[in-house]
Amino acid sequence: MRNLPWIPLTIISVMLFMGIFAPFLTSYSPIDQSLPDKLLPPFWEEGGSIKHLFGTDIFGRDVLTRLYHGARVSLIVTALALLVGGGVGLVIGIVSGYVGGRLDSLLMRIVDAALAFPTILFALLLAVTMGQGLRTIVIAISLLLWARFARVVRGEVLAVKERDYVALAKVHGCSPARIMATHILPNVLNTFMVLLTLHVGVVIVAEASLSFLGAGIPPPTPSWGLMVAEGRGKISSAWWLSLIPGVAITLVVLAFNLFGDWLRDRLDPKLRQL
Amino acid sequence: MTEPLLRVENLRKYFAHTKGILAAKNMGQVKAVDDINFTIATGETLGLVGESGCGKTTTSKLILHLENPTSGKVLLQGKPIHGMEREALRDYRADVQAVFQDPWSSLNPRMTIGKIISESLTVTKWGKRAEIEERVRDLLIEVGLRPEHAQQYPHEFSGGQRQRIALASALASKPKLIVLDEPVSALDVSIRAQILNLLKDIQERENVAYLLIAHNLATVRHMAHQTAVMYLGQIVEYAPTKSLFDDVQHPYTKALFSAVLPDHPDLQNDEIVLAGEVPSPLDPPSGCRFHTRCPFVMPECSQEEPPLRETKPGHLVACHLYPTA
Amino acid sequence: MSDDIVLDVHDLHTHFFLRRGVVKAVDGVSFSLRRGEVLGLVGESGCGKSVTALSLLRLLPKGAARTVQGEIELEGEDILKTSDREMRQIRGRKIAMILQDPQTSLNPVFSIGNQLRETIAKHFPGPGGTVTQRAIEALRNVRLAAPEQRMDQYPHQLSGGMKQRVVGAIAISCEPLVMIADEPTTALDVTIQLQYLNLLKELQEASNMAILFITHDFGVVAKMCDHVAVMYAGRIVERGPVRQVFDNPTHPYTQALIASVPKMGDQRGRLHTIEGQPPEFSDLPVGCRFAPRCAFVEDKCLSTYPTDFSVGNGHTSACWKLEKPE
Repeated sequence: MRNLPWIPLTIISVMLFMGIFAPFLTSYSPIDQSLPDKLLPPFWEEGGSIKHLFGTDIFGRDVLTRLYHGARVSLIVTALALLVGGGVGLVIGIVSGYVGGRLDSLLMRIVDAALAFPTILFALLLAVTMGQGLRTIVIAISLLLWARFARVVRGEVLAVKERDYVALAKVHGCSPARIMATHILPNVLNTFMVLLTLHVGVVIVAEASLSFLGAGIPPPTPSWGLMVAEGRGKISSAWWLSLIPGVAITLVVLAFNLFGDWLRDRLDPKLRQL
Repeated sequence: MTEPLLRVENLRKYFAHTKGILAAKNMGQVKAVDDINFTIATGETLGLVGESGCGKTTTSKLILHLENPTSGKVLLQGKPIHGMEREALRDYRADVQAVFQDPWSSLNPRMTIGKIISESLTVTKWGKRAEIEERVRDLLIEVGLRPEHAQQYPHEFSGGQRQRIALASALASKPKLIVLDEPVSALDVSIRAQILNLLKDIQERENVAYLLIAHNLATVRHMAHQTAVMYLGQIVEYAPTKSLFDDVQHPYTKALFSAVLPDHPDLQNDEIVLAGEVPSPLDPPSGCRFHTRCPFVMPECSQEEPPLRETKPGHLVACHLYPTA
Repeated sequence: MSDDIVLDVHDLHTHFFLRRGVVKAVDGVSFSLRRGEVLGLVGESGCGKSVTALSLLRLLPKGAARTVQGEIELEGEDILKTSDREMRQIRGRKIAMILQDPQTSLNPVFSIGNQLRETIAKHFPGPGGTVTQRAIEALRNVRLAAPEQRMDQYPHQLSGGMKQRVVGAIAISCEPLVMIADEPTTALDVTIQLQYLNLLKELQEASNMAILFITHDFGVVAKMCDHVAVMYAGRIVERGPVRQVFDNPTHPYTQALIASVPKMGDQRGRLHTIEGQPPEFSDLPVGCRFAPRCAFVEDKCLSTYPTDFSVGNGHTSACWKLEKPE
């Protein structure tokens, strides 16, 4: 217990708490405008007040409230994108690695193509054709993720399938599907979990970038990336509009990466002994 | 003569050796197993001896139906095993099991011991859950472990115990033949004897046949009824173990015997120290494959491949030094 | 006579400091090695024989393990007290090592010649030509055919046996006083093992270096060694001249170990076994560490660790049954 990474865990917990309990943490609405209160600075600046701890934006909406609700959007996008992209990548990686041969070559060429594809461009294209929204952004980010997952998982499968227990499973009469489900999958799950945590940051940044570019969650729904984008024009006079969500993104991404590193060290059986 | 349990007939396995990244260029064939014949009788042990690269592991993979032969046959009780229907293959799986060398690699770390041992029973729907649990309990006791071990995971066990678990899982489907690929060479000296004794006890009790692949001659002498010596994909000597150990004939077997380290400092062997190393199986020597290293090489050895001939009853040797009896 | 001693290890204790506690992997080991002597250190995995070797070279994993007590005197100088810099001079020059796995002993990205020259140049700096000559000479000494051509080859172009010869060439290139060979033939095929052991023996006789031969195989001991020390759970339990120990093993562990190996002369029959497993270092027995597996165990064995009793001629054994009645 004493070796848990407390700082990353605390940041992650705070974010989860913010996202889950957003409506109960504040009396303000994240969407409704209140023009008289517009562009109030954070409380520690001159003219700020403790009613709006992190100030307000150009429409007079409370920045902290939008930060809470933005966390919620980030969490939903992250969860869905990792579920879809990670899941597809896991399955394709296992099948490709275990079956091998032509199927493996084919799938890996598709992975290469997917990795070479400019995701941002594709997401903008999707946003134009499908319209902005949660569905578009999840599809766009999943398309970015699955190939990365598939490639790393496949590499791990190639190592696992050479283990003697896989050969023995064949000797015991297991079908390929059963071998993949009971022998391969459980033994690549560690790697998969590490990949998941290390990609939370990637998803949050991707979501923020897409929202920043206007291909993400449509306004007025708050998203951290969108908040940075909206504050961009006022960066010299109202710095808090961009900087506060920007710092939030940095902290959360850093926390997930640190946690992912810790998890990787932890789950690596070679290091676990000591 | 009655049909033996397992018969291997003119078995060959060639692997294509390719090079290059973009267009794989065929660089020739590795003749891992090249025309071998042997039989294993019910309840008996065949020892297969040879150095790395001699083809003994490929032979075991062919018998375990993990590889398909280039040509030739493996027959279990007269029925060829390659190209079988699914149903027949499932029966074959139950009849032929394996224990591998490395106990650290042969147990899935994510499965309980009970699940590992019962795997072959679960996939063949051998019985109800309670019956399978009962069988696992009996198997654990049979290999010298305790029934409560079924709930535990592999990392809680030592190498010797893991090899016992691997043996229990091989025994689960009541096989007629178990392929033992170097079953004790990864274990500590004081543990090896325990496992070898256990293997013998089980053979007596269950009347199961073993194909024992080993490089340690003393182990083979101790365990095997018949012994075959392989060199570069071929069998060079094949005889009842006693006959082989009492009257070693093939020069390669002689070299293997003199490479056995003495049991006592005063017993230094008359050594035949082979020059050089095993040639590449990609380009095996012409004629007798051993002629490049053989201390008794004759002119015809590089010309003509010696057939496996009977020099004494049951004692087969592939060498020009020994004309047919 | 005692002037002949090149390496004298006295009461060596090496501990591993792990999260789950201290592991006393080497717990009071003493032995000495004379010029030209081959001492076999025999034991099963985890008995501390390899940790002993690493302690001698001061190559223990930093932070995880440390030699906490004892002296290692090389030609009368305690190398545990030397600086890291001096130790680097000693390694390779005075004590050389051959490890079990030739695959990992050589660096795959440097040529054979490069790796040999590096060692030689460190200890015998000189013009490039002489260093190269010396390297080629070392390869010739380990009977590698065409040594000049080998210099430019890379490890992957050699077989396992040849790689191990190169490792041997590097080890002997600086004419060390002591060679530590840690299971050097375990990864080799039997006919190659025989070639290699014969080679080591020849080199040893020609140069009169001392070898500490670490192995689990009594056959290797019988073939190679003058003296043998048997280790169990971090301590030496029996030691003596090889013939005496083989003729008259006195410690029950040595007896059982020799008896449990299948012999070439034996017919099919049951092997003698040692029941149970070696103890965990975290949970060592209070008295004799072999007592839980010993067939001759007495009350005294369970309470007190036996001292070394002499059986004559430098043959000693740590077993209470050898205690002479007063």
